[in-house]
Amino acid sequence: MPFIPHTEADIRHMLDAIGASSIDDLFDEIPPALRIDGLDDIPPAMSEMQVTRLMHERAAADAGLACFIGAGAYEHHVPAAVWQLATRGEFYSAYTPYQAEASQGTLQLIYEYQSMMAGLTGMDVSNASLYDGASAMAEAALMAVRANRRSKSRTVLCAAGTSDIYRRVAVAIAGTQGLEFDTLPMLASGQTDVDAVASGPAPVAVVIQQPGFFGTLDEVDRLTDAAHAVGALVIAVVNPLSLALLKPPGEWGEQGADIVCGEGQPLGVPLSSGGPYFGFLTTRKSYVRQMPGRLVGRTIDKNGNAGYALTLQAREQHIRRSKATSNICTNQGLAVTAATIHMGLLGEPGLSETASRCVAGTQRLVDGMVRDIGARRVFSAAFFHEALLELPMTAAAFNVAMAERGYAAGYDAGQLDRERANQLLVCVTETKTDEDIDGYLSAAREVVDAHV
Amino acid sequence: MSNVPGDLKYTKDHEWVRIEEDGSVVIGITDHAQQALGDLVFVEVPEVDQTLTSGEGVAVVESVKAASDVYAPCAGTVVEVNGALADQPELINSDPYGEGWIARLTPADKGEVDAMMDAATYDQFLIETEDA
Repeated sequence: MPFIPHTEADIRHMLDAIGASSIDDLFDEIPPALRIDGLDDIPPAMSEMQVTRLMHERAAADAGLACFIGAGAYEHHVPAAVWQLATRGEFYSAYTPYQAEASQGTLQLIYEYQSMMAGLTGMDVSNASLYDGASAMAEAALMAVRANRRSKSRTVLCAAGTSDIYRRVAVAIAGTQGLEFDTLPMLASGQTDVDAVASGPAPVAVVIQQPGFFGTLDEVDRLTDAAHAVGALVIAVVNPLSLALLKPPGEWGEQGADIVCGEGQPLGVPLSSGGPYFGFLTTRKSYVRQMPGRLVGRTIDKNGNAGYALTLQAREQHIRRSKATSNICTNQGLAVTAATIHMGLLGEPGLSETASRCVAGTQRLVDGMVRDIGARRVFSAAFFHEALLELPMTAAAFNVAMAERGYAAGYDAGQLDRERANQLLVCVTETKTDEDIDGYLSAAREVVDAHV
Repeated sequence: MSNVPGDLKYTKDHEWVRIEEDGSVVIGITDHAQQALGDLVFVEVPEVDQTLTSGEGVAVVESVKAASDVYAPCAGTVVEVNGALADQPELINSDPYGEGWIARLTPADKGEVDAMMDAATYDQFLIETEDA
């Protein structure tokens, strides 16, 4: 389906047909006092040449270092075929097309994506994606309030491992709608104090991030059951790659999680200095009418052929207006296209092998840091592919010295909490060989020796 | 012309209310409302024991062309819901005042129900809004 902008003649023709003299006339109904006359904080437009140069400079500032940082975005190998196919003209738009049914190929791709995500998370149904992991968590919280009609609470309890960045985004989006986000206490192991779920007023939902922001694995079965016991819904925030090894949220505890969401970037989307990525959201069939976002269904046309169509649109803004489940009525089509092809190419064995190599690499790095440079694991709980290490110096100084040696060494936890100034969150993915890890370790020893 | 039974109370949002002998009230949407919505494909009923304030959304009716909230005609507590609507939302189209009932409430204040429109007034209301 081509994407061709309107010409001046097209626009003139349409305006003439409805008897308007200019596009501005169409906004006459909005009182002048409510209109914004120019945006002060938006800089003037740049030419394509200027933008290209600026973006190259910014990209260069991120490039050239061996990346051992995770903290929500992960460097993975993306097979060349993924973006070769995703950028074909037929797919090349971030949006669900208007006249969606005219684009059967795009719809089928989204349907395949939904099927894969539902399978990976152990849930019945997936939407066509959201903007990113953090906003997906906010949407999941709003959805939980709609779905959990028995609860009068507007408090969402977040397990101790919940990303503070995600929580802040959720507050920004859902806070204005009366939701509060509280965090459950953390045990010395890095896991959530499960008993705390029942100690206060019953929340409307409990967010469980697995693995937690600091890489640790929480007691998701006990947490899920504790949340359900107080009448709360369970929102799982997961790294989709980890589900190749870990139990899917649909199987957590006695009844499974109710809503699963997270950041889809590890599935074939490059780091790209921070985006665009995509959020995913899956749920049980019984909550599908409370779900935000686009949904593609498979159906049969009048001739009996399989076809794909946007479905359950009565949830959406163009039909339900202000009562819509969300103002999200598009998806991250391009990133989802890449993720679908990526998952298709790797398959279950490929995803499992990738995840296993991440775990093994991180274990090797952590063992080496403890053995060789006197780092200490901050938490005793098991981890996936990230771990928080206490260094004999500040993480900030360590990172600067490591960058001089060619390494983006880790995420400085002191950025979140001054008391963690000496703590570094490291991540190893399948992109790093044992030699890469050993190179990091010898550079780290130099840095620490020079400091002492 | 739509059917407006004489023994019911009505709201401007096109809900009907029937007062039962035990003092509870049964609610649904009117024949006019189901005609305007068209074929219903889904009805979301409230939860039993849910307490409602007057005007709060109590149910959602979804047709092939629209989704609308049904508002609580009076404050009260839900004591029974029409479970049959889960599989047969079309009962509201075929029998809006009978098998298509939505929920039964215990009203918090019976006076609120008494103050609603009677059939003649609702009929007049339909004629006036039709003209508008």
